[in-house]
Amino acid sequence: MATKASRSAARLMMAPAVILLLGWMLVPLIMTLWFSFRTYLPLRGGDQGWTGFDNYVRFVTSSAFWPAVLTTLTIVLSVLIITVALGVLLALLLDKPMWGQGIVRILVIAPFFVMPTVSALVWKNMFMDPVNGLFAHLWRFFGAEPVSWLSDAAMPAIIMIVSWQWLPFATLILLTAIQSLDSEQLEAAEMDGAPTLKRFYHIILPHLSRAITIVILIQTIFLLAVFAEIFVTTGGAFGTRTLSYLIFQRVLESQNIGLGSAGGVYAIILANIVAIFLMRIVGKNLDN
Amino acid sequence: MGQIQLNQVTKSFGDVEVIPPLDLTIHDGEFTVFVGPSGCGKSTLLRLIAGLEDITTGHIEIDGKDATALVPAKRGLAMVFQSYALYPHMSVRKNIAFPLRMAKMPQSEIDARVENAASVLNLKDYLDRRPGQLSGGQRQRVAIGRAIVREPAAFLFDEPLSNLDAALRVGMRMEISELHKKLETTMIYVTHDQVEAMTMADKIVVLQAGVIEQVGSPLELYRSPRNTFVAGFIGSPKMNLITGPEAAKHDADTIGIRPEHIDVVESGGTWEGTVGVAEHLGSDTFFHIHNTGLGETITVRAIGDVSLKHGDTIHLTPRADEIHRFDAQGLRIA
Repeated sequence: MATKASRSAARLMMAPAVILLLGWMLVPLIMTLWFSFRTYLPLRGGDQGWTGFDNYVRFVTSSAFWPAVLTTLTIVLSVLIITVALGVLLALLLDKPMWGQGIVRILVIAPFFVMPTVSALVWKNMFMDPVNGLFAHLWRFFGAEPVSWLSDAAMPAIIMIVSWQWLPFATLILLTAIQSLDSEQLEAAEMDGAPTLKRFYHIILPHLSRAITIVILIQTIFLLAVFAEIFVTTGGAFGTRTLSYLIFQRVLESQNIGLGSAGGVYAIILANIVAIFLMRIVGKNLDN
Repeated sequence: MGQIQLNQVTKSFGDVEVIPPLDLTIHDGEFTVFVGPSGCGKSTLLRLIAGLEDITTGHIEIDGKDATALVPAKRGLAMVFQSYALYPHMSVRKNIAFPLRMAKMPQSEIDARVENAASVLNLKDYLDRRPGQLSGGQRQRVAIGRAIVREPAAFLFDEPLSNLDAALRVGMRMEISELHKKLETTMIYVTHDQVEAMTMADKIVVLQAGVIEQVGSPLELYRSPRNTFVAGFIGSPKMNLITGPEAAKHDADTIGIRPEHIDVVESGGTWEGTVGVAEHLGSDTFFHIHNTGLGETITVRAIGDVSLKHGDTIHLTPRADEIHRFDAQGLRIA
């Protein structure tokens, strides 16, 4: 890859992919920006021309905006904490040699293969149903009043479902990281007089920091856009309306594409703020 | 203090017994080298002493106290690993201080000891670097530093030089020997390289398949190997082991003669053969000689640069008083 000819050949061959990718991203982005400055009500007169920043002002001043931002951040943060903490523990467990290791590992990874819509429906109907759900039976078995999860504890329920879905991802990445730890380092720490918990804190956790960073970054991107789990369970009610759900409601339920597009631009800004914030906190782990 | 005693120690992994009952005493201050081919159990034996593996039966005593059931940290031993096992996310200073921090030593004491170790090992300029920014030899020294700050009863080295290049290895060999002279602490050193064993050891333990073949000083092993395995393993190039009628002439099943104990003569030597490969090192020349009628390729060392070429006929005379005789079991005949 050193000569001039090979470098320009490389550029030429990468061009189709780059152009496709750019088009893929730029076209929707520009269309969103375009519509966000227009009054566009598909069922009430269609595209009615420019409105300036009206859509932006209306979207932020709506009483639903700040609660939606808060809900989004709550879900992202809670799921990150749960998946990373449980992921580290599960990875530590799965790293130990045991009988039926292969099957156990596949079972642990399985939730990741279930589509979000399906898993949310399974949770809603099989576990969280206040009459026939497994949780309801469990509660009744101990003589407690069953919880109607999706109305009385909607946020914990959503967080539980989403965490269940993303735990395998975190576990998988952290497991491979743990497996790459040189066992001699742990033995050296043992010789140096570090008991189990200190070995975890001083050796294993620092070794995992890079993998944890990657888990956090990737999951944040996807968690900011959580939609299907909310759509099929609470439908955005009971305080589970995230920013992406609010946008969906503005576009499809209120049939206001201009307003929804303005919300989309806010979502992009929020995602970038979160990303910069994360990069500041954890991104330095990726440097060395 | 650092006397280590193994009494009837065995180790099995499942049904496989890797170390049959074994007795060994390592005296205080001794530099002991475990040497043997790969898979002979020398590293396992070291790990048993360290406590990183549980022994199956038998007892280990350190300084007269039973240490069989003690966890590694309580045995007062420090180990230097083959991969150095430095903690990559800590600076050199923190790496060296780690065992002291774990022992909850006061910070001033920790600083003093780290400074001291760093000056002994020429690491002062590197204390704030990460292990990843150091060369192989420097990492090795950090690993040794981490061991010496604990002031252990004994040091355990697990093939510490095998990741270094040849020139650095010779240098580190000297440094470890110097360190031993300075600290006068018991050291146990595992290697598969008999040159390291010969140059560093006070006492060499030759192992094969978990069994101690011979224990002795380097020159004892060189001069009177107890059996054909030790004879072939110690010394470079290897001792020539000859069986058949030539051995029978000396009332033995096998005779051994080292390359440096065979003289090249103009004519009328005891043996005659054709020169195969000749390795010219300048100070010596090693000839590999075929067609001697002895059934084996014979290696001979000639002092200086002897001008014999491939295919030439060579006449050899072994020095009679340097011939080692072994019986049918491969044991030395006195």
